[in-house]
Amino acid sequence: MNLPNPAAASTTPAIPNGSGAAAVLSAGIGAFTLAVLAVAEDKSAVIKQSLSFYRPTGPLSGVTTVAILLWFVVWVVLEWRWRKRNVAIGRISAIAIVLLVLSLLLTFPPVADFL
Amino acid sequence: MEMTARALCTSIHGLGFGALYLLACSGALFELYRITAPPGPPAATAAQQRFLKIYLLTMVLLAWAAVLTGAYVVYPWYRAAPPPGTTNLAMYPQRLLMSSPATIGWHSLGMEWKEHVAWLAPISITMAASVFLRYGQDLKNHRQLRRVVLCFTVVSFLAAGIAGLFGALINKQAPVQGGSTLRLTAGDDR
Repeated sequence: MNLPNPAAASTTPAIPNGSGAAAVLSAGIGAFTLAVLAVAEDKSAVIKQSLSFYRPTGPLSGVTTVAILLWFVVWVVLEWRWRKRNVAIGRISAIAIVLLVLSLLLTFPPVADFL
Repeated sequence: MEMTARALCTSIHGLGFGALYLLACSGALFELYRITAPPGPPAATAAQQRFLKIYLLTMVLLAWAAVLTGAYVVYPWYRAAPPPGTTNLAMYPQRLLMSSPATIGWHSLGMEWKEHVAWLAPISITMAASVFLRYGQDLKNHRQLRRVVLCFTVVSFLAAGIAGLFGALINKQAPVQGGSTLRLTAGDDR
């Protein structure tokens, strides 16, 4: 039988926002890291070489692997620190969205070429 | 009716994982918005919430499958370097596109953008799914968190759309070919 969730009727948060904030901010950081590394490997032959973890895929393998690892590490650390707390979600959300928008811009080749 | 193994893998990457993900995006946005909308709509049932959780988890799997097959299966074929002296570049899509001023933009703009922006889709949807799994309908009581989750889901849709569009257009200009030929059906004599 499909019953409405009783928690849904309340307007008071049942779970602290820290866990969500950790997920949001770490995703923003992960996306931004990916975009910055993509620009960096395009500008520097040394970075391009050092990020070629898997030769057939080239530097894309290193760019994405490093960004994803950093994302997960930041997520785990923030989750561990914030999971039982309420944090300044407005500011954290704003930072995460700015990082995400910058990531979108930086992955666009004409913007990266302009830098 | 025949198809090369590489063309089949490219289709699974783009038309299978990628297109299915794009199709699912609008549904996820609608349901996330509806189920977590602050007061108004009747509360979602436990079954509806469970459905959305499974739906989002499926999207996470599709998004990761699309980028991983793209980066580690299809992309190496795309960027393979031809042996010196090769004049027919049909088996080397990146070099084929770069060989003419009329097509170089498909690589320097299209592929360069697609190969990176695509990864924003799995990152964003993994975050959105994890937040909904943790909070469920309680997300309606966290307005700012809800808003940012919806933003990331929109960006995920946008990133997958850019990647999918350029993937399809680039493959039209310089298709990934090669590998063994698979016979899908026997042709008739007409």
